[in-house]
Amino acid sequence: MWVITFPSVTHALRAEKLLKEKGIQVKLIPIPKELSGACQGLAAKLPGEDVEESIALLDNHGIDIIRRGIQIKM
Amino acid sequence: MEKIYLDNAATSWPKPEGVYAAIDYFNRNVGGNPGRGTTNLALASARMVLETRELLAELFHISHPLRISFTPNITESLNVALKGCLAPGDHLIFSSMEHNSIARPAYALAKQGIEISIVPCSSEGRLNIKALVKAIKKNTKMISLSHASNVTGTIQPISEVGEICQKNGLIFVVDSAQSAGILPIDVQRQHIDILTFTGHKGLLGPQGTGGIYIRPGLTVKPLKEGGTGSQSLDTNQPEFMPDSLESGTLNTPGIVGLGAGVRFLLKQGIDTIRQHEEELTQLLRQNLLEIPKLKVYGPANCKDKAAVLSFTLEHINPAQVSFRLENEFGIITRAGLHCSPLAHQTLGTLPHGACRLSPGFFNTREEIEITSQAIAEIAQK
Repeated sequence: MWVITFPSVTHALRAEKLLKEKGIQVKLIPIPKELSGACQGLAAKLPGEDVEESIALLDNHGIDIIRRGIQIKM
Repeated sequence: MEKIYLDNAATSWPKPEGVYAAIDYFNRNVGGNPGRGTTNLALASARMVLETRELLAELFHISHPLRISFTPNITESLNVALKGCLAPGDHLIFSSMEHNSIARPAYALAKQGIEISIVPCSSEGRLNIKALVKAIKKNTKMISLSHASNVTGTIQPISEVGEICQKNGLIFVVDSAQSAGILPIDVQRQHIDILTFTGHKGLLGPQGTGGIYIRPGLTVKPLKEGGTGSQSLDTNQPEFMPDSLESGTLNTPGIVGLGAGVRFLLKQGIDTIRQHEEELTQLLRQNLLEIPKLKVYGPANCKDKAAVLSFTLEHINPAQVSFRLENEFGIITRAGLHCSPLAHQTLGTLPHGACRLSPGFFNTREEIEITSQAIAEIAQK
């Protein structure tokens, strides 16, 4: 699965809203433990093919992102 | 005795029904701490706080809602703006109509080596633009201006000042305590770098709510550090907004109530609210001008002012007028200096100040007529 991570819950929630408005299938999940150093907050899980467009959209809307799309093995 | 509330410049009252309901709903049914953990309760709470940010962003034409941090009140917002941007050697300009919420922090900073200049305003409270431009120096860093005076309601030319700031590379801070929710504010068109607001006046929210918008690209040092629910392993305060300026648990019930207030404003349309308040103020002014020995302050045309009207009687102390209005007629006003000694100095009303009437959206023409009559009676005896 592909995830984008955020520095805080507020940024994650705003990102979720913006991506859903664009029709992107996004789901907020706890940050996977594989991503060390980012133990708090939420990650957005989304289809790999939507990552690039999503990052561009979130950048345009001033959302702070930590991991700009990373694939995690389930 | 029925109460007539004419002190909306101090705090608006009553609030729209939706505000009471939203606060009650939050306290009874949600109750989570926003950003603290990811339980459904904490997330529901965080979503509600986010919604208030988004509503405020819509009202002020802010494109990035997360550039708004909540504070307990606009005094804190102004303290953050000044103390978070200015360093010894910098020069700050403000007007002679400003409230103590800016004047006192500025005087405190002056003791630490920050230069301050106070630009004069006319006897109606209008900023002298030429004097403002003349006051700009090499080390000028910031101009701070209240959009509308809390004593006379005088509206300042913020678009013009915004342009001057942009041309000169200065940080433009706007105090919207008396204008937010009543006058149009557009941070982009008016070149506002930092917009400070309070929740409990024109935005119709509860007391204990306020905030600060900071334009993207501008970093402001926080007044306080602490828990933000984010990046907790880092010993440093987060640098991203809104967390950087939001240490400690927020006034979530208040912020949810504020959201309901802004939703009410957006639904009514601030033009409708403005028109009603302007009509009431115009009527009040006309009536008061007929009373002998009474002096009204501020612009003659109510289009040039927010719904705030201060007056004095030649022969009675303002505090006495306000006391009698409440005790004999049930009319709530505010007398004295309104935390704005600079403004009263500009108007020539020191040391006693004036009696201030500030109608709101929920006042009626009938209430204004009753109030005018009451003041006429007090003036006579």
